[in-house]
Amino acid sequence: MLAPGHNACPGCGATLIARYALKATGPDVVVTLPTGCLEVTTSPYPNSSWRVPWIHSLFENSAAVASGVEAALKAQGRDEKVLAMGGDGGTVDIGMQAISGMLERGQDVTYVCYDNEAYMNTGVQRSGSTPLDASTTTSPSGSCSFGNPVKKKDMPAIVAAHGIPYVATANVAYPKDCIGKMEAAVETEGPAYVQVLSPCPPGWSMEDSRMVEVGKLAVQTGLWVNFEKRGDGVVYTKVPERQVRPVEDYLKPQGRFKHLFGGEGGEEELARIQAVADRNLENHDIVR
Amino acid sequence: MRETVMEGSHAVAHAVKACRPDVVAAYPITPQTHVVEELAQMVADCELDVEYVNVESEHSAMSACVGAAAAGSRTYTATASQGLALMFEVLFNASGMRLPIVMTNCNRALSAPISIWNDQQDSVSARDAGWIQLYAEDVQEAADQVIQAYRIGEDERVRLPVMVNMDGFVLTHTYEPAFVPEGGDVDSFLPPYEPEIKLDASDPRSFGEVGYPEDYTEFRYQQQLAMDASREVIREVAQAYCQEFDREDYGGLIQRYHSDDADTVLISLGSMVGTMKDAVDGLRNDGESVGLVKLRSLRPFPEEELYDALEGAKRVAVLEKDVSIGLGGAVHGELAGTMFNRDLDASLHGFVTGLGGRDVTVRDVGSIYRRVESGEAESVEWVNVDENRLFEREARGPTP
Repeated sequence: MLAPGHNACPGCGATLIARYALKATGPDVVVTLPTGCLEVTTSPYPNSSWRVPWIHSLFENSAAVASGVEAALKAQGRDEKVLAMGGDGGTVDIGMQAISGMLERGQDVTYVCYDNEAYMNTGVQRSGSTPLDASTTTSPSGSCSFGNPVKKKDMPAIVAAHGIPYVATANVAYPKDCIGKMEAAVETEGPAYVQVLSPCPPGWSMEDSRMVEVGKLAVQTGLWVNFEKRGDGVVYTKVPERQVRPVEDYLKPQGRFKHLFGGEGGEEELARIQAVADRNLENHDIVR
Repeated sequence: MRETVMEGSHAVAHAVKACRPDVVAAYPITPQTHVVEELAQMVADCELDVEYVNVESEHSAMSACVGAAAAGSRTYTATASQGLALMFEVLFNASGMRLPIVMTNCNRALSAPISIWNDQQDSVSARDAGWIQLYAEDVQEAADQVIQAYRIGEDERVRLPVMVNMDGFVLTHTYEPAFVPEGGDVDSFLPPYEPEIKLDASDPRSFGEVGYPEDYTEFRYQQQLAMDASREVIREVAQAYCQEFDREDYGGLIQRYHSDDADTVLISLGSMVGTMKDAVDGLRNDGESVGLVKLRSLRPFPEEELYDALEGAKRVAVLEKDVSIGLGGAVHGELAGTMFNRDLDASLHGFVTGLGGRDVTVRDVGSIYRRVESGEAESVEWVNVDENRLFEREARGPTP
C-alpha cells in the first residue's frame, strides 16, 4: 500500500516502518503524517506513494489532525481505522502537546513514531530523542564537546503515563515483532502508541547495507528495549537471548559516535553510555 | 426562525446548531467562551448531535477541523485574539487545502500588554491567510453570517474557509433582539456538505503534498481565483438569505448608508458601524453631507464596490480598530493601494481608534468627521491618545 518510486534514501528505516504499519491496518485506513522525511519523500505533487487516503497538514499536528479525522468518521458512521505517524521530532518535541491531547481524550487512533533520533529531513539536527553523545549538526562533537550532552527523552514512559490501553516499542530490524505490535495497536479500542527505532544511514553516518544489523545491535546492547504494555502488564520482546553485547558494538559502525573512539576522554563517555544500557536492562528486569 | 432576545454568543451557537455540523472543535478563550459553552450544553442536553472535540489548544482546534473537513465533515470552531494567532499557520493550511471550515472569531486585542477587550487586530493580522473574512455589525448579523458562511465556503466555485468576525464583548456578551433559527429552519437554504473529494478508503487521495516551484504558484493562484469567485457568491448568498429569512438587505460585500450623495464618506467594519450610523444620522440632521460604507467583507476586498461608492466623494475616512505598526490602519492602507490607479478625487484619511476595548462614541465619530470635513485631518491619525499616559516621553523627546 506504499507504492515504490518514492525518494527515500537506500536503507531508510522510516519507509519500512510505514509499510509495516499499513500491513497492520489494511486498506481501510486514513493516514495522517506530519512534515518530515517520510512525508517529503512519499508525496511529491503530483505523485503519491500512498494507496490509502492520506493527509499531511503541518509539523506538530499529526495527532490533532488524526483527532479530527476520527471525529469525522465517527460522526459519519464510517469504520475506517485512523493511523497517525510521525518522526521523533514531530512526536517527542514539537508534536508532544497534540499527542498528549489526543491520548487524554481517548481517541481511537493508532500513533506510530518512527524514531531516527534526530531531525533528519532538515539535515540531522538534534531532537529530544537524540541519544547521549551522538554528534548531530546542532550538537556536534568538537575539541570541547562529545556531541549531544543529554540522554534520550523517554517518550514511551510519558505516553504510558496517560494510562492508554496500549503502548509498545519496536525495532525496524525485527519485522514480525514490529508488525505484531502494530496489529495489536490497531485492534485496540482507544489510543495506542508504538515507537519504532528507525536507523537512518545518512543521519547516523553508516553504510546503507548495515541498517538492519545496526538496528539489531541496538537491542543486543541494551540501548533499545522492546516492550509491550497493556494496562499494567509489561512484556519484553526480542531481548538479548544470551550474552548482552558491549555498547561499542552498536556505536562503532555509526559515524555519529566515531569521536568516542581513540580520543582523549572517549573511554569515560563510552562508560557513561554503557551505564545507560545497563540501567535500561536493569529497569526492564532483563538479567544479563 | 424565532424572535427572541439573546446574548450574541448564544445566538451564534444556535446558528451553528441549525447548520448541523458533524464536528466542533473547542478550546476556550475570552471572549469566545460563551459560544463553545452553549454548544457544549446543547450536546449535554442531547439537542445537538455532533462530535464535540475538547482540544488542548487553538492550534489543535484548527488542526482537528482540517482533519475533519478533509474527511468530508462540516466543521466549526470559534476563537479570539491569541487563539487566532496561535493557529496562524493552520489558517494558511486550511485554505491551501481548500477546506470550507467556518470559524467565529470574537475580535479581541493582541498582547502585549495583554488585553481581553475588543479591537480587530487579531483578524486583520490574519487577512493574508486565504480565508474569506466577514465582519458583523450586530448580533443578528453575527448569527446570520455563520449560516451564510457555510453556503459561501462550500460552494464549488469557492471551497475556502470562512472567518466570521464579531466584536468581543460588544457583540459576544450583549443581549439584543434577534431572529434565531430552530430545528430544520435552514435545511433548505443549506444542503448537507458533500465534497466530491475527501479522505475515503474507497477512493484514496493524498491531501497536503509537497508543492515544488513548478506547481506552488499555480496552487496559490487558484486560491486567488477562488477568492475572486467568492465575490459573486457572497452577493448571491446574502441576497438569497435576505429573501428566505426576510431580513433587511445587508448588502453583499459592502453596505452603503447615505453614502450615494455624500461629500464625506466614512468607512468601517464590525460593531463600530452601528455607532457610526447614529453619528451619520445626527450629522445629517445638522445638514452635513456625510454617509457611511460598511465593509461586510475584508477578504475578498470589495475593490469595485468601494470604487463605485466613493466615486462622487470629496473626502474619505477609514475608522478602524487595528494598526500595522510603522504604517497605519491596515484597511486604510489597502484602500489607498487599490484606489491608487483609479481616478478618485477624494482625499483619504485613516483613523486608528477603539484599540484594546476603548469606547468609540458618537461624539468621537463627530469629532473625526469635523477634522476631515475642515481639511485638518492628516493622512493617518491616532484618535484620543492621552498625552499624560505616554510613559516613554522623556526618552524620546516631545511627541510630534
